[in-house]
Amino acid sequence: MGFNFYDFTALTHNIHVGLVEGFSPFMATTLEWVIVGTAYLLFVALFGLLLVYAERKVCAAFQQRLGPMRVGYWGLLQTIADFIKLLMKELIMPRKADRFLYNLAPFIVIIASFLAIAVIPFAPGLQSLDFDIGLFYLTSVSSVGVIGILLAGWSSNNKYSLIGAMRSGAQILSYELSVSLSLLTMIVFAGSMQFSTIVEGQRDGWYLFTGHIPSLVAFIVFLIAGTAETNRGPFDLAEAESELTAGFHTEYSGIKFAFFFLAEYINLFIISAVAATVFLGGWMPLHFGHLEAFNHAMDVIPPLVWFFLKVFGVIFIIMWFKWTFPRLRVDQILTLEWKYLLPINLINILLMAFIVLTKFHF
Amino acid sequence: MPQDYIPVLIQILIALGFVVTTMLATHFLGPKRFSRAKLENFECGIEGMGNARSPFSVKYFLIAILFVLFDVEVIFMYPWAVNFKELGKAGFLDMFLFMILVLAGFIYIILKGAFKWDRR
Repeated sequence: MGFNFYDFTALTHNIHVGLVEGFSPFMATTLEWVIVGTAYLLFVALFGLLLVYAERKVCAAFQQRLGPMRVGYWGLLQTIADFIKLLMKELIMPRKADRFLYNLAPFIVIIASFLAIAVIPFAPGLQSLDFDIGLFYLTSVSSVGVIGILLAGWSSNNKYSLIGAMRSGAQILSYELSVSLSLLTMIVFAGSMQFSTIVEGQRDGWYLFTGHIPSLVAFIVFLIAGTAETNRGPFDLAEAESELTAGFHTEYSGIKFAFFFLAEYINLFIISAVAATVFLGGWMPLHFGHLEAFNHAMDVIPPLVWFFLKVFGVIFIIMWFKWTFPRLRVDQILTLEWKYLLPINLINILLMAFIVLTKFHF
Repeated sequence: MPQDYIPVLIQILIALGFVVTTMLATHFLGPKRFSRAKLENFECGIEGMGNARSPFSVKYFLIAILFVLFDVEVIFMYPWAVNFKELGKAGFLDMFLFMILVLAGFIYIILKGAFKWDRR
């Protein structure tokens, strides 16, 4: 069983066959899923830690600081130390809080982001769920998280939490429209919602280039809306420190706070991964039509590396937003979505449909 | 197929397991000290005033209702988008008509002043 870094199909297939031969069909499926789930768990935990570190370093670079430097080489162990600290902290629940909903909220937030990560294709053969409704599944599942946020804010029985949750809810709901409409534009172009088909369709060039103007508009709208969906950057008024303390998770301490934090970073990864997959070709190397030599040169870099390069590129852009634009007011945020992005999106879909109809694309 | 979604269920269980295990770990690891003041809600360090279960600005609920309306329309578009290449010109005209209707409703909402946030 050779290990191929370019195509994981053989590896995952061999594992599958081994399990099916060794166990009964039911046990094999269950075991397979436990393995996959644990792998995701490890990935999410490690990636979350890495993203927190990256965020602090990027922030520091923008402010001409060095960021965390003391714990480990260049502060590499800082986030692990932070995690251990949070694990040791006492869990406090306010006396006035609604016990059940207060404890339920972190579960919903984490589960929503865990479900969304399952459909993302990392490399050929490294995708656990390949539904024919992949993109639809992703948008629907990731929007469950907002319920957790609203529950957290309401059940804390704290005015800051309530205001933060309301703002966050209004914002996420509004931008949900833009996210799904800009993805819809690309579905018109790709003719499929299945992730594997979408990635395969970008063999001769990423959709960002082949779909030219409407793709570009959809990409920009998706980046803006995605930043708002994750409550980040200029749209982080839900947890505006200077006015709302910490927004909807003001009353959460210790590991429960860490869950909200982790879910936020997983969502950042998911938004970036979707942007990378739908617009920038996912694990597909940079290909230009029939430039054979160039395409072969690009194929040398493994797909997994391509995927993470793109994801980190998008994540860096989203972090860049945060340190470039000042925080918006809630009415400005909703005006941006409802009066600008939504009409632009609706017209953009028609434009994309027209371009697909007239075959005026590369 | 419904059984295609069993992995989703297992994924939920694993996420649940993760959260429960870390909660248990933190329960046994850290020190605990009870104090009455700690269980009060945070309000800038001063004593809490009243309750947070108070009426809230109706504008947020308006946004939620508008979201439901528009999201249903977006969901209508998904099957159209997937089958667009087969539908061809007829599909384009249909969606054009649908979009005009949606935009008409949208303009009505704007004229009604649903997005005028500064108005009382």
